[in-house]
Amino acid sequence: MSKIKCQCGHDNPFGTVLCEKCGRPMTEEAKKSEVVDMRYEGSARRSQTYKRSIIDKIWNFFSSVKVGVGIIIAVLATSAIGTLFPQKLYVPVNQDSPAELLAYYERLYGIIGTLYYKLGFYDMYNSWWFKILIGMLGTSIIIASVDRVIPLYKSLKKQRTKRHASFMKRQRIYGAGLSGDAGSSLAKAEEKLKNMKYNVKTEDGAILAEKNRFSRWGPYVNHTGLIIFLFGVLLRGIPGFYVDQTMWIREGELRSIPGAPDYYLENKDFILETYSKEEADEVFGEAIDRVGTIVKSYQTDVSLYKKKEDSLPGSTDLEHVKDYPIVVNKPLKFDGYNIFQMDYRLAELKSMTMQLIEKKTGKSFGQFTIDLDDPEGVYELNDGARVDLIGYYADYDGVENGEPVSKSPIPNNPAFIFDMITPEKPNGEKSFVAIRQTLETEENAYQVKFVSAETRDISGLTIRKDKTLYILLLGGLIFMIGVIQGSYWNHRRIWIQKGEGEELLIAAHTNKNWFSLKKDLNAVKEFADLPKYEDRLDNESSSEEEEGEK
Amino acid sequence: MSKANKKRSRLIFRGVVLLLLAAAILFSIFSKDKVEVLAVGDKAPDFELVDLDGNKHRLSDYAGEGVFLNFWGTWCPPCKREMPYIENQYQAFKEKGVHVLSVNIAESNLKVDTFRDQYGLTFPIVIDKNKDVKELYNILPLPTTLLIDKDGRITKVITAEMTEKEIISYMESIQP
Amino acid sequence: MGLASLSANLLLVSFIAYLVATLFFGGAVKGAKSEASYSNHRWGNVGITITIIGFITHLGYFITRWMASGHAPLSNMFEFTTAFGMMLVGAFILLFFLYRTPSLGLFALPIAVIIIGYASMFPREITPLIPALQSIWLAVHVITTVIGESILAISAVAGLIYLLKHVDMTKPSRQRFWLEAVMFTIVLVLGFVLSSTTFKVAGYEAHFTYIDKNEAPAKITYHYPPLFGMHEYEAQTPGAMEPWAEMPAVINAQKLTTFVWSVVTGTILYLILRLIFRRPIASLLQPFAKKANSQLMDEIGYRSVLIGFPVFTLGALIFAMIWAHEAWSRFWGWDPKEVWALITWLFYAAFLHLRLSKGWEGKKSAWLAVIGFVIIMFNLIAVNLIIAGLHSYA
Repeated sequence: MSKIKCQCGHDNPFGTVLCEKCGRPMTEEAKKSEVVDMRYEGSARRSQTYKRSIIDKIWNFFSSVKVGVGIIIAVLATSAIGTLFPQKLYVPVNQDSPAELLAYYERLYGIIGTLYYKLGFYDMYNSWWFKILIGMLGTSIIIASVDRVIPLYKSLKKQRTKRHASFMKRQRIYGAGLSGDAGSSLAKAEEKLKNMKYNVKTEDGAILAEKNRFSRWGPYVNHTGLIIFLFGVLLRGIPGFYVDQTMWIREGELRSIPGAPDYYLENKDFILETYSKEEADEVFGEAIDRVGTIVKSYQTDVSLYKKKEDSLPGSTDLEHVKDYPIVVNKPLKFDGYNIFQMDYRLAELKSMTMQLIEKKTGKSFGQFTIDLDDPEGVYELNDGARVDLIGYYADYDGVENGEPVSKSPIPNNPAFIFDMITPEKPNGEKSFVAIRQTLETEENAYQVKFVSAETRDISGLTIRKDKTLYILLLGGLIFMIGVIQGSYWNHRRIWIQKGEGEELLIAAHTNKNWFSLKKDLNAVKEFADLPKYEDRLDNESSSEEEEGEK
Repeated sequence: MSKANKKRSRLIFRGVVLLLLAAAILFSIFSKDKVEVLAVGDKAPDFELVDLDGNKHRLSDYAGEGVFLNFWGTWCPPCKREMPYIENQYQAFKEKGVHVLSVNIAESNLKVDTFRDQYGLTFPIVIDKNKDVKELYNILPLPTTLLIDKDGRITKVITAEMTEKEIISYMESIQP
Repeated sequence: MGLASLSANLLLVSFIAYLVATLFFGGAVKGAKSEASYSNHRWGNVGITITIIGFITHLGYFITRWMASGHAPLSNMFEFTTAFGMMLVGAFILLFFLYRTPSLGLFALPIAVIIIGYASMFPREITPLIPALQSIWLAVHVITTVIGESILAISAVAGLIYLLKHVDMTKPSRQRFWLEAVMFTIVLVLGFVLSSTTFKVAGYEAHFTYIDKNEAPAKITYHYPPLFGMHEYEAQTPGAMEPWAEMPAVINAQKLTTFVWSVVTGTILYLILRLIFRRPIASLLQPFAKKANSQLMDEIGYRSVLIGFPVFTLGALIFAMIWAHEAWSRFWGWDPKEVWALITWLFYAAFLHLRLSKGWEGKKSAWLAVIGFVIIMFNLIAVNLIIAGLHSYA
């Protein structure tokens, strides 16, 4: 690869637009243009220099900003498609059943819904092609940044104070004219610029005043932040970095926490509170009238336990860690885990109270309560009577092969087989009792009658542990630093140098906010009696100024 | 550095970067299973549960012998169907160094007791009251059976109903 | 007078102040020959003073409502949109002092007025907070987001001025069509405000029962004569209009009815305007934009994106993720509102890259700014009202 030698004697890498040292235009295009393109200081981006092997070709592809913007637009457009219908996660059917999912989309959205499902848009953000798209975005960010930051750094470091007149002439802000005393104007300009916190360098009757160069690094800093963020997201794929579990826990239940070995949770109470009209006084009254009830809080009072260090899983040797009310927005935090209040179910059967009566007289032998989770075998009653529980079916689902069956261990529909032993019938009478139903093999003299049922609530909790959170936060922080550094400051440069005789040339450049640059320049111009300049891209305000002076 | 060298190192640098990025993308696509699940070949973690008679059972009590670890519930029809076969083979294999440890998931003593009597089961039945062992072994469907060899390693995880023939061959496979 | 009613009155004062200030900025622009000569015009100074007074009373509305309800007034459509209008004026004031340009005020303030008018069509009573919103992050996340979005919106205002000045309205062209389409959309919003107010004043109400998309029975109230009926609807108000057609369960026929009424009213309004002036609305507004300095508008359009983008990132993505992690246990869940915030962010990222590297300036950049505003509005309005998700509070 040949170097390009500039007239000033500097060797520039192939692809250079403006000489790194003196700023002379190097390409035909730059020579012809009136205002030169100052992006990347006219330096050679390496991506554009070598186009040989396949690796170089792929590299150059990702190095292009045009490609980068294309990928951004692609992510943007596909993301939008994913919001057309709800994603799988928000669909209230069994998540693991493709048939149910398809049926859901078909029922609600018809043919388009079916297509949406078939094309995989129902779980789009986890699809392989969306991940590839995000991966390409990351690749583009890395390669495009690497390819630009190094040449930019080099050319800003190499820049000379004294530039060639052809460079000055091609700046957007340029002026040339006679000054009464060029030397004193330069000295005054230097003084003024220093006062304005510019970094001033002089060389052989030339001044280069520069400010906020660091803002040029902003984009590269924020891209670093993005890469750290994406890296953090990637890490969640490694087992152990990320725990995401849910559990249903009943009031009164003590159970081990899924995903958090050695820890146990006891649900002491679930509380659902709504805003009452009286309590909410006149402020919320109108809203409650319109909408009906509004929930105030979902709360699960829990106790956290930890297994004693030397005991094995399964043993009941636990030590109490803490009590905590979990509410929405205030998860229980311990040992890197967070437990969130996510869901609830009200009023599941907990126990049932029954009484034994003599059918004929209605005489009661007293009441007994069956704990549906842990029933007893025998309930002793008054006057020598007792009831034996000989069969218990928590979720009664009919009779199979002459035997009642339960379809789950949850007491949704409890049924019992009782043996009623009374002084009159010491051999007992058998009876099958389910909700609103009593079956007897032969006419009994006694009956177990339902008295009341007690219920409990169930809390739906989510357990999370995410070791990548701090990496993500760091990425976000670095991104913010970079984006602020690049957006809220701007790199300004002012060149002032002697031309022929007492002629002074001024030129200025900024990456953004020309308005403020001109304000700075005006202040210097006034103080140091510099020639007039013009903004070659803004004909309107230049003519306005003249108009104002008339 | 000569030009050719420079070119080669540039190529290597670019190649490595692109390769790493491609690997990262592939990783993100294929890393779906985020939960660490016990797999065949893993050491079966020890636990301690209490049986219906109040005796403690530890998995490590059976070190050096094969363990047929069966998770079940009284309400689950396939569990009920395979129970008699397990009982038969328990009798056949208990002298040959294969033990049955049967773990009921969090049901009441009364219910499990009735079930044992109804099916005439003689092997130890422990109850996992706070679902600790269930979480430890990531048990989802019932019945699930794990075969543990004499070195305490899991040799097979069965998440379906078993026939008597299958039970025999499983027990034989972990016979020390 | 209670805090709540004081709050409502303060909002009314600021609404009027913005209207009056618009007139003064109009006077400033009209009386001047060009941007430079009017930058210190007396009318402009009066205009900005009144704007600031309006902004302070608007802030007063915000604070008193906060005191009355005990939470940041950002929890429903009315409160959020009103705050957006407020911050839009705030962003305008900021940029006015950076660039001293009354033309920006002439266009930004009417847009703020329309936004506040739009907001007022939603239920205005103070609602208590549902559990998910009971967090300090409600104030932090939403305020930052609103500030970011409103600064970004100023970019669209500057872009609009630029386009009004530079798009040739004498000859048919794609740009002329789309510019007029933007104007038409604004008239549609007016149509919504007009029709909604009319039926509200008339006290129209019709109650229905229907079957929702989860096949559960539900109730709904129409404030417009029902053109479309909900899924398996049954009228509960005797004498109310019979809907023309029944909609499937996924379509909210009540909102569709409102939408159709607004479009019809807006279109009639637009046609009347066209009949009176016999010119496209855009060309009607063109004289007000003619004196604006193009470079300055281009610069404001770019600068406001530069200022707004970091604020938006912080509020709508970073704070949002932190709060989502606290409240919903995950920092990102691809909820439609989240996705549209990401889309907005990606769009402005593309804008900055195109401007920085591809040199998209002038008209191209102005169009991008206008599209950006459309995306923000889409996220505010359509995602809340059409695409159901965790964020639809209104």
